[in-house]
Amino acid sequence: MSTLTAQGAPGADLSSRYYVAHHHPENGTLLGFWIYLMSDCLLFACLFAAYAVLGHSYAGGPTGAELFDLPLVALNTAFLLLSSITYGFAMIAAQGQKKNATLAWLAITGLFGAAFIYFEVYEFLHLIHEGAGPQRSGFLTAFFSLVGTHGLHVSSGIIWLVTLMIQVSKHGLGEANLRRLMCLSLFWHFLDVVWIGVFTFVYLMGVLP
Amino acid sequence: MSQPTDHLIFGRLGWDAIPYHEPILMATFAAVALGGLVVFALLTKYRLWGTLWRDWITSIDHKKIGIMYMILGLVMLLRGFADAVMMRMQQMVAFGDNAGFLPPHHYDQIFTAHGVIMIFFVAMPLVTGLMNYVVPLQIGARDVAFPFLNNFSFWMTTFGAILVMISLFVGEFARTGWLAYPPLSGILASPDVGVDYYIWSLQIAGVGTLLSGVNLVVTIVKMRAPGMSLMKMPVFTWTSLCTNVLIIAVFPVLTATLAMLSMDRMFGTNFFTNDLGGNPMMYVNLIWIWGHPEVYILVLPVFGVYSEVASTFSGKRLFGYTSMVYATVVITILSYLVWLHHFFTMGSGASVNSFFGITTMIISIPTGAKIFNWLFTMYKGRIRFELPMMWTVAFMCTFVVGGMTGVLLAVPPADFVLHNSLFLIAHFHNVIIGGVLFGLFAAINYWFPKAFGFKLDPFWGKISFWCWQVGFWITFVPVYVLGLMGVTRRVSHFDDLSLKPWFWAAGIGTAIIAVGVLAMLIQFGVSFMRRKQLRDVSGDPWNGRTLEWSTSSPPPEYNFAFTPVVHDNDTWADMKENKYQRPRSGFVDIHMPANTWAGFTIAALSAVCGFALIWHMWIIAVVFFFATVGATIVHTFNYKRDFYVKADHVAKVEGERTRMLESLA
Amino acid sequence: MNHPFVRRLPALLLLLLLGGCNTVVMNPSGDVAAQEARLITISTVLMLLIIVPVIILTLLFAWKYRAANKDAEYAPNWDHSTVLELIIWGAPLLIIIALGLLTWISTHLLDPYRPLARIDAKRPLAADVKPLEVQVVAMDWKWLFIYPEQGIATVNEFVAPVDRPISFKLTATQMMNSFYIPELAGQIYAMPAMQTQLHAVSNKVVHSEGFSANYSGRGFSDMRFKYHSVPTAEFDQWVQSTKAANAALKLDRANYLVLEQPSEKDPIKRFGDIEPGLFNAIVDRCVGPGKVCISQMHAADAARAKIVAELCNDPRAAQNTVSLKKQNVATN
Repeated sequence: MSTLTAQGAPGADLSSRYYVAHHHPENGTLLGFWIYLMSDCLLFACLFAAYAVLGHSYAGGPTGAELFDLPLVALNTAFLLLSSITYGFAMIAAQGQKKNATLAWLAITGLFGAAFIYFEVYEFLHLIHEGAGPQRSGFLTAFFSLVGTHGLHVSSGIIWLVTLMIQVSKHGLGEANLRRLMCLSLFWHFLDVVWIGVFTFVYLMGVLP
Repeated sequence: MSQPTDHLIFGRLGWDAIPYHEPILMATFAAVALGGLVVFALLTKYRLWGTLWRDWITSIDHKKIGIMYMILGLVMLLRGFADAVMMRMQQMVAFGDNAGFLPPHHYDQIFTAHGVIMIFFVAMPLVTGLMNYVVPLQIGARDVAFPFLNNFSFWMTTFGAILVMISLFVGEFARTGWLAYPPLSGILASPDVGVDYYIWSLQIAGVGTLLSGVNLVVTIVKMRAPGMSLMKMPVFTWTSLCTNVLIIAVFPVLTATLAMLSMDRMFGTNFFTNDLGGNPMMYVNLIWIWGHPEVYILVLPVFGVYSEVASTFSGKRLFGYTSMVYATVVITILSYLVWLHHFFTMGSGASVNSFFGITTMIISIPTGAKIFNWLFTMYKGRIRFELPMMWTVAFMCTFVVGGMTGVLLAVPPADFVLHNSLFLIAHFHNVIIGGVLFGLFAAINYWFPKAFGFKLDPFWGKISFWCWQVGFWITFVPVYVLGLMGVTRRVSHFDDLSLKPWFWAAGIGTAIIAVGVLAMLIQFGVSFMRRKQLRDVSGDPWNGRTLEWSTSSPPPEYNFAFTPVVHDNDTWADMKENKYQRPRSGFVDIHMPANTWAGFTIAALSAVCGFALIWHMWIIAVVFFFATVGATIVHTFNYKRDFYVKADHVAKVEGERTRMLESLA
Repeated sequence: MNHPFVRRLPALLLLLLLGGCNTVVMNPSGDVAAQEARLITISTVLMLLIIVPVIILTLLFAWKYRAANKDAEYAPNWDHSTVLELIIWGAPLLIIIALGLLTWISTHLLDPYRPLARIDAKRPLAADVKPLEVQVVAMDWKWLFIYPEQGIATVNEFVAPVDRPISFKLTATQMMNSFYIPELAGQIYAMPAMQTQLHAVSNKVVHSEGFSANYSGRGFSDMRFKYHSVPTAEFDQWVQSTKAANAALKLDRANYLVLEQPSEKDPIKRFGDIEPGLFNAIVDRCVGPGKVCISQMHAADAARAKIVAELCNDPRAAQNTVSLKKQNVATN
């Protein structure tokens, strides 16, 4: 971390017990991002809590069993999980300083993410068209806000991913960009974990009697 | 929700949004406009715009940002206090046929604004400002972990405050109380812009606070000077750590809850509606899950201040350091387990009510331990009654009464007769004023010389102090009594004349406090004028014990030429005792973060987006949302965010200080 | 700083606070409120045991160890004492244990949902006494009281017989309110689509007021009602005269819907006749024409969920799910 011995200009007396000549504090970006991510997790926890409270408030409207298209959700889940794997490959390439491979894997990740968003929007529009929009009942409000917030996060992740791709192609895989890739990696995998929670508690449990 | 009468560009904003028919508001606007013009004129005359932008608005220096937070908090204190004065005056006269001078439409905005402003835009900025200024200095660091984010956080908070202030002159504010419970705050009962101003100003400020929390936690965890283990940190840094952990762990709940309320209002969803499956009780639970830890966020830093002040001005080590740390951590954890005590009367059942009542009482144990520890720090000390110590002793006598009434309210059946009464009002003002505000005044008097290089004038400070002591009790003892007389809160008109004398007493007390506030403003002015006589030359005017007192007043931009090495609590006291020597050579270039335009700009763009959302100016809102995102992305393309302070500049500054200190000895 | 006045100030203020002794909260005429007031007194005394010594010691130490007093011992490095720490943590802990026990017991005994077991401290409740049923609706911005047994209803006036337990059931039309009669008992929230309960008894003849203790909008300050606790004979008389004088005015759905419209500073109104089951319809939010009762909606949802579950297990019937979905959505 830092040395306690004298360094610097010749003749300097820095052996005082109260000073150190060179001190570089550890970089806190990853810790900071983890902490931010946990606060985001809490945000999702609130939405899950709202879903738990309102999840059976159908107000005479449709239930999850009547609405959810599980095959489509399975396809979407596959897209998201695969995108996590491809991001993993991107990180491996980045740590090996392989810029083109990194960019390629990032692009594939982004495409999977875009596919996820496309089908999610398709699902939402279909539900709204059937009269099962977020205004219909407490249950649908909680559903749209939880799943929708996750989708907004994935969309933000895609924008971030594209930005980072431009930055990596411009500035290469230096320390700063590696840190940024690491942060996005945390973000992306976190969204994957949240999605597992979503499809378990919302979709799978929603179609059970 | 969009109405057919909404204009395409201007939404529901029209000329009728300006309160032409409200004389108080028009007069206030005139005064503010005049004041603003004077400030603009002075800035132009003395060509200070460049300095303002370069040295303050774009600064990422934690010391400058800390000072700006303090200025924001003190300015908003005047607004929040004006609201308080108006409420007292209304409740002194509004009896029987006399409807007072504030009809409910106006009065209900005032009590809402008073609460929102005092908590979010006075107490939070003041506490954040203190932590920002002091913590890096106390841990021997040069800045916080994320200096850009620090600047951004400040401007987000400020723009939130600006949105609230705009609501005075364009449209109106919420009429719901400071926590805006639905269904009252829903779109059906409050269709106008008031609740939207509330939501968006708090969402914007909330982002700032959350990021500030992340910033300070990482700073304290990662940037402490070598040798400063956690149990060698100053107590103020400990309480700051716990406070910021609390911030991270609760502000997302506020964000989520306000987002749900805004979705109900904007999109007609059913989180908190009465029909179609919503649940208003869920809002009450969520908002208090945020709300209770929030008050600990306010009070924990000032507990740290009291520890520093009691120790320094008693000339003694803090009694029970370990105990203090554990008490702080216990309070932090327990603060999550008490939220239901804010609504015992909702009918949650006896076992649930008892659980939360008991956890609330348990918090008083570590809090009491802290008070005793301060008491025994004074014991066998040599106490100097400078203003910070006076405020601390006043706190110890005042806060405990408020704490007592709090534990009293924690007994659910007792709360059944006191919930939402003026007794409750007196209780929380007792702990917030006696605890948080007195601590902020102690901190301001304590650290002002460090920040500005001269002390605050003691004479006017003492006048302010005594006015607050006398005024506080004369105001709030009658309020306690009124609560016992069955008076509930948020009422703008009464018929029972037996209440009048008590409201008059409270009004007189408020007038005395007003003199105290005025005296404080005079104190600032007089101190500035007498700054040569009040100068803090050595940087250590109080014989301090922690690292910030080892720097000059004000410190150089880089804080420390060399990072200190720590061997003991009360590091600076240890250094002085062991006759440390200031280094005279071997200075190196110091790596510092550079100023940024991005924080102010992104915050401003998001504020315009917020304003547009409030007024249903959807096109403008979308444009400015993308502009905010765009500005953020542009900022991330800036990789050159640092510069070096050259070694010879450092040598010059340090050499001058060494020579000056030697001449003092 | 340590002028005798300052030292005596806390005592003076305490004296002032004792002026709160003869107030309605500390001296109410209802048994439940009286028990709650006693709790306030007990808790205060328990805590004064800690607070008064703390304040005295603070001022004492501030005086004795002031810098000018060179005679006092100065121990700058004394910062720890195990014995003191034990007392510092232990004494408050003991008091909180005592208070905690008191809290658990009293919260259960004084649970607003718990039927009364006594009329006052000296008289337990006989097993065969039937409480007075009162249904309360918090409206914007007035209070509706329905007496289902007596068949009458009032707006902004609540009359009750002395020494007879009262069993309240409460709800609200649109806003969260808090029902509070300081003379009688503690508060309970009155919320839309929810039914809360309160049990109370009045021990004295008293003429007072009740109000909402939760801000609910612009008419809040005037949302007060008259509370009269009268001897049983007078109560019965009042019921009879209300019925007679207002026989033509019936609280039925039509009149209720008119009453539900927002209004402020409402004068007292009395209904001589009521439609049975109206209160339940109010809680269920289906008084208006064409409205579906919430409880019915819940039952229908549960039935539908059952059908869907059966269909999921029966592939032949799966063909019908599409039409069921469309049918269900269309009815809303």
